[in-house]
Amino acid sequence: MKTLLICEQREGKLLDSSYELLAFSGRLGADSVLLLVGSESTLPKFNGKLYLADIQKYGEYNPDVHKRLILEAVRRENPDSIVCLHSAYGWDLAPRLAAALKIAQLSEIVDIVDGQYVLSCFNAKLRRTVVPKTSQAVLTIQAGAFSAGRPTEGLPQIEKLDVAEPSAKLEFAGYETAQKEGLDLTKAEVIVSAGRGVGKKDNLPVIAALAKALGGELGATRPVVDAGWLDHSHQVGTTGQIVHPKLYVACGISGSIQHLAGMKQSDFIVAINKDKDAPIGTVADVLVVADVMQFVPALTARLGK
Amino acid sequence: MKILVCVKQVPDMESAFRINAEGTWLEERDLAFRMNEYDEYALEQAIRVKEQEGNAPDVTVLSIGPARVGEALKKGLAMGADRGVHIQDDLAYQKDSFQIASVISAFAKDKNYDLIFTGMQSQDRGSAQVGPMMAELLGIACVTTVVGFSLSGDQVTVRRELEGGLKQVVRFKLPGLVTCQLGLNTPRYPTLPNIMKARQKELITFNMADLTKTESLTTTRKMYKAEKKGGGLVLEGSNNDLADKLVALLKEKTSVLR
Repeated sequence: MKTLLICEQREGKLLDSSYELLAFSGRLGADSVLLLVGSESTLPKFNGKLYLADIQKYGEYNPDVHKRLILEAVRRENPDSIVCLHSAYGWDLAPRLAAALKIAQLSEIVDIVDGQYVLSCFNAKLRRTVVPKTSQAVLTIQAGAFSAGRPTEGLPQIEKLDVAEPSAKLEFAGYETAQKEGLDLTKAEVIVSAGRGVGKKDNLPVIAALAKALGGELGATRPVVDAGWLDHSHQVGTTGQIVHPKLYVACGISGSIQHLAGMKQSDFIVAINKDKDAPIGTVADVLVVADVMQFVPALTARLGK
Repeated sequence: MKILVCVKQVPDMESAFRINAEGTWLEERDLAFRMNEYDEYALEQAIRVKEQEGNAPDVTVLSIGPARVGEALKKGLAMGADRGVHIQDDLAYQKDSFQIASVISAFAKDKNYDLIFTGMQSQDRGSAQVGPMMAELLGIACVTTVVGFSLSGDQVTVRRELEGGLKQVVRFKLPGLVTCQLGLNTPRYPTLPNIMKARQKELITFNMADLTKTESLTTTRKMYKAEKKGGGLVLEGSNNDLADKLVALLKEKTSVLR
């Protein structure tokens, strides 16, 4: 079995996700060939073949052209699977490849059981076992599901990749960063986060009081930030901050995949939720089944004693 | 200007999910259905473009599925779409993303839509495939995960969301397809007069089989509940007892309480 692994780089840096792709390929027992639109200064550590397309020429976000580069590598290698991370880069690119090749695509693989791919669905509440009907398939893997371990050693043998006429339908005009207001959750030892289950903005001081009683910071889920209850610097998850405190307390958070990916590395996780089956329970060390607005004040009072 | 918005009806995510007898989908009788949350943002953006362009653009809202998806179409019409298209298929839940993308592309290919809006993913299967696959099949520009959208003449400027709060600014010329992320706008609630008006709007139905006979490229073998991580403790009881137990646990298992 052979996999073509699509590495990712951003603003001149190779993303560590490249090693998750290698870990996944290792689980399959497959031979890996890598592909990177990047430069010789951003190569992953790897003993094997790497197709390198020049980022100066082909651009950082240019999916029409990246697709054509990958199709050229697919033509040369004929891999069984083309694998991307299920990231903003990967989920954008993968369906274009699958549709161009008219082959199966499996999104957000979280596990391999008995040689079959397991996908997360229904907001992480359910799992699906899915098999491709085509001999070749495009796969995206969930961030963090296939842990990278230590980067392998070595230098790849580079094979240059080019396509004729790199014309594109899109023009990438640059990056915008979120305005930071100085709250760095990645350094916090305790984080108490509020989710939609808190009910309304007026209830946030109750959660903030618990954070204070525990000597921690106030975090939030994406819906809470989108609703304008808190600014983006409080957001935990793939589109916010990836955190690993000693204690993480999830208040009224059902646990979307994106949120779980941002906090599941915490040393100890307490979830407070009415719903015993909420997906947050899959990562929590302790699930307190309770109404968050009644239980949190009781807990804060107990800590104050 | 012609705009297409593709919407999906999904089970309410707060439902108690029961797996069906075949073990590949949900027992639908138990479920309440609603419009996929991401698609509400897609609809809202289409209506905003229509309003910005002096109501000239013609907006079609399309959905695939059994009779119940008529509710999602009605909501789309009440939000401001001009016509609904219902592609009838009682077995839509068995179709994979490539089949869904193929049928919508088959419907859209001779209609010359300038803009197509979809949700960035569905809340049920969440594969994030249908939008970009359609764009590929139609040969038009596509940007996914859009959290900002502006149109000026035939030039579209969007912001797409990346990991870690970073955004990319991307431009393209019409025609194109964008997939909408949560937070792109604030979807409106249909007003009563608009709900009444929606009843007069055109609703066209097609049969799935008349549009395409594309075969699926994937098979779902099994669907099941996610297992809990081993060792996770579930505490139930009165709030005061729970607080005592939790504080004791935090003292034992963590170093954050002295």
